[in-house]
Amino acid sequence: MRKYVLRRLLIATSSLFLASLGVFSLPRLIPGDVVQLMLEERAYGKDLEDLRAKLGLNRPIYIQYFEWAGRVVQGELGESLWTKRPVLEELGRRLPVSLKLGLLALLFSVSIALPIGILAAIRQDSLADYVSRSLAIVGLSVPGFWIATMVILLPSLWWNWSPPIQFTEFSVDPWAHVSQFIIPAFILGIASSAAIMRLTRAQLLEVLRQDYVRTAWAKGVRESAVVLRHSLKNSLIPVITVLGIQIAQILGGTVIFETIFGLPGMGRFLFDAINQRDYPVIQGVNLVIVSVVVLMNLAVDACYAYLDPRIRY
Amino acid sequence: MADHVETLASRSTQADVPRQAVAVPRLHAIWRFCRRKPLGALGGAIVLVMIVMAVFAPYIAHYTYDETIRGARMKPPNAQFWMGSDNLGRDIWSRVVYGARISVTVGFCAVLIANLLAVSIGITSGYLGGKYDLCVQRVVDAWQSFPFLVVILSIMAVLGPGLLNIILALGFFGAANASRVVRGATVSVAQNVYIEAARALGAGHVRVMVRHILPNVAATIIVWATIGLGAFILAESALSFLGFGVPPPYPSWGGMLSGSGRSFFSQAPWIAIYPGLAISLAVFGFNMLGDALRDVLDPRLRGAGGRMR
Repeated sequence: MRKYVLRRLLIATSSLFLASLGVFSLPRLIPGDVVQLMLEERAYGKDLEDLRAKLGLNRPIYIQYFEWAGRVVQGELGESLWTKRPVLEELGRRLPVSLKLGLLALLFSVSIALPIGILAAIRQDSLADYVSRSLAIVGLSVPGFWIATMVILLPSLWWNWSPPIQFTEFSVDPWAHVSQFIIPAFILGIASSAAIMRLTRAQLLEVLRQDYVRTAWAKGVRESAVVLRHSLKNSLIPVITVLGIQIAQILGGTVIFETIFGLPGMGRFLFDAINQRDYPVIQGVNLVIVSVVVLMNLAVDACYAYLDPRIRY
Repeated sequence: MADHVETLASRSTQADVPRQAVAVPRLHAIWRFCRRKPLGALGGAIVLVMIVMAVFAPYIAHYTYDETIRGARMKPPNAQFWMGSDNLGRDIWSRVVYGARISVTVGFCAVLIANLLAVSIGITSGYLGGKYDLCVQRVVDAWQSFPFLVVILSIMAVLGPGLLNIILALGFFGAANASRVVRGATVSVAQNVYIEAARALGAGHVRVMVRHILPNVAATIIVWATIGLGAFILAESALSFLGFGVPPPYPSWGGMLSGSGRSFFSQAPWIAIYPGLAISLAVFGFNMLGDALRDVLDPRLRGAGGRMR
């Protein structure tokens, strides 16, 4: 177990290294001169060479990378070109908002997907199965930003009420603070719950056809025990994999939902930074998001080892 | 061994049969597909309608996409404006019809790029294996660990909005997941005896990959491409919604939901409703078709579902 986790840790590190290369080279992909573009965007005069030296762009590219990586490891993510505030400080304020939104979305998605997926599998080809499968495809097809728009628009037309889109701090009004996350998290969770539900159903169906499950039935084990104790754990491995990928998608989705619902999280931060071409911020947010995703995948790998003791690579 | 060589030989004679002779059974196969998978056929019909709309947009639309009709600001749906008109007095039905062009163009081009990349990475990685596979898969790991939307947004910030940029970004970053799927299929195909036979007959690696593995993973690729198309259309609409897609006035379904129209939604909800319905319906069509194709063509893939990542 420990060897396995260590090995996955090594792989995660290599992923993180490659991803950091991507994050690092992002602003350097811009056609033309970055510095000129930055100055132009900011619209007030500043010495070109000055900024170039400050960004370290006058040195060889690999040295630039190591310098950048060295600073990142020390928690130095630079400062916003726009507000001049340290990126790390800003991220520290915004990360909790996105994490709350993301975790709540994940919670919604799993708690909808697993029971429905299990039900659809054990009652295969029943009405409930058809309805849930059709709903899953609809859930995968309807764009979240449109649902969000409708959720804000329609109640305001019908009942003159719309969900809060003004951010309230926890210290000001705890209940309002929590409740403003519920609707965006639910919508954000829909798409991933559809994917997880479909996979849970398919995997469980496969396991339910195995010999040992038939043996369990033959021994007279209760249905709940056959499904929950004998089958579910074995069918969950691919589901966990997809869950890992869904976490990345949910984090990506925060960009849209934080923008629509006015939540001051990382996604919104990224969106504003992209609009203003605030490269240190874009790099910082991307780096944090990628690190979260890599860590989550590591956790997923550790879950494998728990779910299936045979896994040793 | 002789058996396998014989199989190979009979395969090649089969391929020599003229194409016309295959056409009739093919029609028959389509009919059988429609009967066995009515929902998949419905999806196919939606996809077909969408393609027709995109190709013949000038003949189907009542107005051009940026034509401002005098005195027709925010009219509700009626006989003249089937889906109403927007805050600038433009016909929404016409804009939805022209919007299909963007979705179809972005979808098909991005899927083409993604597939070319995914196939070349997936097949070589799955077939050659070893250290090459290990290294390539680590790169794919990193590639996949970026949340799709975040990467595409960041890339669009660098490249700037535009049709070509969106296609390149979606195609390149959509390939990671597909390459995994193709690799998986390749690994299982490569274990077949006929691959060994082909090698024994002196076929080189490139020939084996192109002539023997590629046709056998084609079903996987087709299924992925169909579902991928829906996902790319969804991604394009999200990008356009955020303002990083195709710049106005050219109508993209996602773009129609953002911009200046947003402040008029409560007075004219149809501005928001119809483009969203169009996106949902189109993606739904591709998903249904893809699902049905998966069941018919590639039972092994069943349940690998979900939004393409």
